[in-house]
Amino acid sequence: MHILETRKLNKRFGGLHVTGNVDFALEAGEMHCLIGPNGAGKSTFFRLILGEHLPDSGEILFLEQDITRAKPFQRIRQGISVKFQVPGIFKELSVRQNLVIALQHHVDPRLLDEEIDRLLEFLNLAQAQAQLAGNLSHGQKQWLEIGMAIGLKPRLLLLDEPTAGMTPDETHATGEMLKHLNAQGMTLLAVEHDMAFVRQIAQRVTVLHFGKIFAQGTIEQITADPRVAKIYLGEVDA
Amino acid sequence: MKNHSSLRRQLALIEGPQTLGRGPRFWGGFAAVLAMASAYPMFADSYDVGNNVYFFNWLFMALGLSLIWGYGGALSFGQTAFFGVAGYCYGVLTINLGDAYGLTLFSLVAAVGLSALFAAVLGYFLFYGRINGVFLGIVSLSVTLVLERFMAQTAGPEWAIGSARLNGYNGMGNMPSLTIPWPGGGIVLYPDLPLYYLTLLLLVVVYLGLRMLVNSRFGNVLVAIRENPLRAEMLGYDIRRYQLIAFVIGSALAGLSGVLYTSWGNYITPSSMGMTAAALPIVWVAVGGRGDLTTTLVGTLAVLIVFQLLTIHGSQYALVVMGALLVITVMIAPRGIVMALVEAVMRLFRRKEGR
Repeated sequence: MHILETRKLNKRFGGLHVTGNVDFALEAGEMHCLIGPNGAGKSTFFRLILGEHLPDSGEILFLEQDITRAKPFQRIRQGISVKFQVPGIFKELSVRQNLVIALQHHVDPRLLDEEIDRLLEFLNLAQAQAQLAGNLSHGQKQWLEIGMAIGLKPRLLLLDEPTAGMTPDETHATGEMLKHLNAQGMTLLAVEHDMAFVRQIAQRVTVLHFGKIFAQGTIEQITADPRVAKIYLGEVDA
Repeated sequence: MKNHSSLRRQLALIEGPQTLGRGPRFWGGFAAVLAMASAYPMFADSYDVGNNVYFFNWLFMALGLSLIWGYGGALSFGQTAFFGVAGYCYGVLTINLGDAYGLTLFSLVAAVGLSALFAAVLGYFLFYGRINGVFLGIVSLSVTLVLERFMAQTAGPEWAIGSARLNGYNGMGNMPSLTIPWPGGGIVLYPDLPLYYLTLLLLVVVYLGLRMLVNSRFGNVLVAIRENPLRAEMLGYDIRRYQLIAFVIGSALAGLSGVLYTSWGNYITPSSMGMTAAALPIVWVAVGGRGDLTTTLVGTLAVLIVFQLLTIHGSQYALVVMGALLVITVMIAPRGIVMALVEAVMRLFRRKEGR
C-alpha cells in the first residue's frame, strides 16, 4: 500500500517552477531519503506535504485519502508528523512540558506521566527533564524534537535534515533511533545531506533536481548512477 | 468515583508549570493578603474604601491582557475597545431598563457578553486572517481609536438609544449602579463596603479560575503557541482557534472592567477608549510581568497606585513617568519588574537552602 502519494504536483513561486509534476509514492513501512543539490525543491516538497504551502495543481494522498487542501493541523491529526531542520521546540518551557504538550491531546491523562517517562528514557533525556528546553545542547534539542514528533504516534514521520549540526556520534545514535522506530512500523521520509547517514538508514533514495524526480532506487543504485554523480555527488563527499 | 477524581484533577491545576507560586508558603501568603484585603474596610473610612474599589476595577482587564499577551503571545493594544463597548452597553441597557428586578445584573452579563461577541468577530478576522506580531497591535489599537472617534461625535440629541443619550465627549452618565435584588428593597452597590467585597470576591474567582485555565491543557497549548506557533500547529493543534478563545476570554475580562468602572462612577466617556487609556494596560502588565498572573496582579495594582499618587501633582507628568517606567522595564527587566524581583528572591532562597 502507498502511505503517501503525490500526483503531478506543481508549485511555482513567481516564475520559478520549484516543484514540477512530481509523481512520488512512498510504501508503508519504508525508510526513504530525499536528496538533491541545494535548491532542488526538497524543502518545498516537504512543505507541500505538510500543507504549509498549497500546490498550484496536482494531488496529495495520504492513506489513500485526498489531503491536498487539508490544513496542516488536520494532516497531523491524520497521522503525519514532522521534525524540522532547526529544532522546533518550546525554549522557555521545561523538557518535560515540551513532551506534555506534544502528547496531551491523544494520551489518557492518567497514563500521560508514564508515557512521558518512557519517551524521556528512549531519548536519553530523563536527567534533563526539568531543564528549560532552550538550555539543552544542540543534539539534545534535536532529540527532544524527534521525541515530540514521535510522541504523536504518527504513521508517517517527516524529517528535515534531522542530524544537521550533530556530532558524528550523535548522528549515528540518531540513525539507530530512527531504525528502531522504523522496525516498529513507522514510515520515515527524510531530507538529508549527510551521505554516510543516508547509507546508514535509507532503504530507498529519491534524487530531486530542479523540482523534478531525477532518479530513484537503493543507495547502491543511486551512488552507482553516473548522472547522479554529475549533478549531485560532485558537491558532497560520497 | 470517576467524577470525583476528575474534579480533583481540575482543582489541582490551581498550581502548575504556567503559574508562579505553589505549596503552603505561597498559599499561606495568599490567605494572609486576602485576609488583609478583607479586614481593610474595618480600619478605613467607608468613603475611601469605596474610592479604592477603583483600583480593583482595572485588574480584570490587566489579567485578561496577561492571558492574551503574556501567555498567548499576541499583543493586543486595544483592550480598551472591549472596556468601552461593555461600559457603554451597560449604560444604554440600564438607563433604558432601570435597576429593578436584578436588571442591572442582567445588563452586566449582557454587556460583557456583547464585548465578548465583538471580540469574537474581530478576533476571527485577525487570527484567521493570520494577522500577528506588531500588526495585531496596530489593528487592535486602530479599532479602539476608531471607537473613541465615533463616540466623540455623538454629542447631538439625535445620538440616543431609547432614553440613553450618548453625549459625545461629555460622556454618558446617570446610569444606575449595580443593584442586587433583595426582599424589602434592592442593595444598591454604591462605592461602599458591599461593592468592595463583591469586587474583591469577583477578583479572587477570576484570578483562581485563570490559574486553572493556564495550567490546563488549553493553557499548555497557549504557551506553546507563544513559544513556537509553527511547532504547535505541527503537533496537531488548530492554533488560530486557541488564540481566538484566549482573545475572547481576555476581552470579556476587559469588558467586565468596563462595566464595573461604569457602574462604580456612573459615568463613561470616549476617552476611556483613547490612546492614553489604551497604552496604560500595556504598561501595567509589562511592568508587573505579563508572563504570570500573580506578577501581573501585583504589578498592575502597584503601578495604578503610584499613578494615582502622581496624578495629584498633574496627570501629564504622571503619564511621562508611566512612559519612563515602561522604557526602564524593557531595558532592565524585559520580563517585568515584579517578575525580576520574584526571581531574585527565589534565587536567594535556593542559595540558602543549597548551603
